Amino acid sequence: MSTTADAVSVAAAAPRTPSTFQKALKQKRFVVGGVITVLVALFAVFGRFVAPHGQNEVVGTPYSSQGALGTDYLGQDVLSRLMYGGTEILVIALLATVLSTVVGTLIGVVAAYGGGWWDEVIMRLNDVMLAFPQILLSLVVLTAVGQPRAWMLVVLVGLSNAPRTARIARGVALGLVSRDFVHAAEALGEKRSRVIVAEVLPNMNAPLLAEAGLRLTFSIALVAALGFLGFSTDPSAANWGQMIQENRLGLSTQTWSVLAPVLIIGLFTIGTNLTADGIAQVTQRGGDD
Amino acid sequence: MAADTSTLPDALGEVAPPKGRHGAAAWASWVLRRLGLAVLTLWLVSILVFVATTALGDPVRAILGKDYNSDKARVAQLTAQLNLDQSLVTRYFHWLGHLLTGDLGTSIASGGPVSQLITDNVVNTLVLVVISAVVMIPVAFGIAMISTNYRRRRPDTAIQTVLLMLAALPEFVIGILLVAIFSTTVFHWLPAVTIVSPGVHPWNAPKTMIMPVATLVLAVAPYVSRIVRATLLEVLDSDYVELARLKGIPERVVMRKHALLNAIVPGIQVIALQLAWLAGGVVLVEKVFNYPGVGNQLVDSVNNHDVPMVQALSMIIAGVYVVVNLVADLLSILLTPRARTAISA
Repeated sequence: MSTTADAVSVAAAAPRTPSTFQKALKQKRFVVGGVITVLVALFAVFGRFVAPHGQNEVVGTPYSSQGALGTDYLGQDVLSRLMYGGTEILVIALLATVLSTVVGTLIGVVAAYGGGWWDEVIMRLNDVMLAFPQILLSLVVLTAVGQPRAWMLVVLVGLSNAPRTARIARGVALGLVSRDFVHAAEALGEKRSRVIVAEVLPNMNAPLLAEAGLRLTFSIALVAALGFLGFSTDPSAANWGQMIQENRLGLSTQTWSVLAPVLIIGLFTIGTNLTADGIAQVTQRGGDD
Repeated sequence: MAADTSTLPDALGEVAPPKGRHGAAAWASWVLRRLGLAVLTLWLVSILVFVATTALGDPVRAILGKDYNSDKARVAQLTAQLNLDQSLVTRYFHWLGHLLTGDLGTSIASGGPVSQLITDNVVNTLVLVVISAVVMIPVAFGIAMISTNYRRRRPDTAIQTVLLMLAALPEFVIGILLVAIFSTTVFHWLPAVTIVSPGVHPWNAPKTMIMPVATLVLAVAPYVSRIVRATLLEVLDSDYVELARLKGIPERVVMRKHALLNAIVPGIQVIALQLAWLAGGVVLVEKVFNYPGVGNQLVDSVNNHDVPMVQALSMIIAGVYVVVNLVADLLSILLTPRARTAISA
């Protein structure tokens, strides 16, 4: 631990007196998006505790207008299933985002800090992963798997997002590794890993946060899309994506059975995307890159 | 929801201009290097596809499901058909050899040759993607220009907010909303799904193509539009545009001649990325409309655990992705004078 290096890095960080979060709060997009995101997330997590019926409870004839949003193809209550069906999407998408942010940042920073051959090889392999449309990677792996499990979806969605985060992280880190405070730490003989953890990473928070927000949007969409294509961990459990698929035939007679899950997925991704954009605007204007 | 432009690869940054050689030779070496990278990428993708489809799980168990334990003869037959008794490396090169000679194998679900089963669908998907691109490009540029005209005023903000929200929507959400609006619930104008008999191409019933195309355009145009607008704004604030204005050139001409032409190169990069994204995005859109293309077929094949079909289809999709990116890099170099001279100087 050296006081000089710390002093330099503190000096570099000093000008941003209002934090990113405080600045973001002045952004209309961030606030509106944040409110939507939190509301949908609360609905997804706590909805099941106030649901009028169980998720597999048959309450009437199929596609009837009984209850607030009617019944679905088996006569289950649509509103109740909507209240149950978000938890899995939310949890898997969140975990996948954490995974992709950690893995992607690590790849990007190591490539940027390693430079030369490291950079070339890592980013080339990264491009191969990018050459794969996200949904394709999941589909290819699911071919040889009978019934997907939750951890598989987390890993698949997370890893298909990671190369995209890696690209951003490398770009941000490239702007940092040539800065004086990094050179100072190196000159003082700090270990490479310590320079990355103590000097480079703390200065990447804000852009990475915006990137993570974007990844969350994509993760939610991807998990919901996989459910829509029939790949969910439990075929009988309620899942917003899967609800769209199973009620497709009732779209004209019992519109809400399809439209309700469609609208809530759309609302969720709009919320997270607006939030991410709000953070991105702040970091682009007030950030130091 | 489309590919995010934040991860836009920078074609100019990736190619270090060769030094010490001149003109044609430098060009040839640059193009060769770029081609080599594309081939290398495809090769690595093929390893990824092969390992993911055959080595991560047990395809035979997945295909047979509950019958796995009772039907020993079928297990043996499938194991032989997929060459699962050989080592992974042997199998991979066996498969790669056949792939390179155009032999895509035999479908497990239908027993027919894969290449025959997918030809029509490949054509259908290509047509869908090309039509969507042709519609999308003028729409995206048009919206960007309108938005730029009202820059930083209310209509601009409104357009940008709508675009941001559209960009957030997953493509299947857009598709189903369109179905609800135009075919089942509000109006009854368009067919909800594409119904064509086998062998008939969907463009023989143009009405069925409207909504798939519209969905793809709505999924992709917001991204292109946002990038083009950002570039236009940058150019319009530049010194040479200011000079053109001072010379008394009308704003309309400034926009057309000075700004728009400079927005084309970044435009091409985004369009390419989005077209490449379309290769994957069609999977969901085709499923929503039951459009007879590769995406629809891919999902069905994954559900049937039809390994040879999945391998062939994913290689085709990845191939399209790589080729589109290659063409975009070439085009943006050719259209940027600065990069052109950097390479040949």
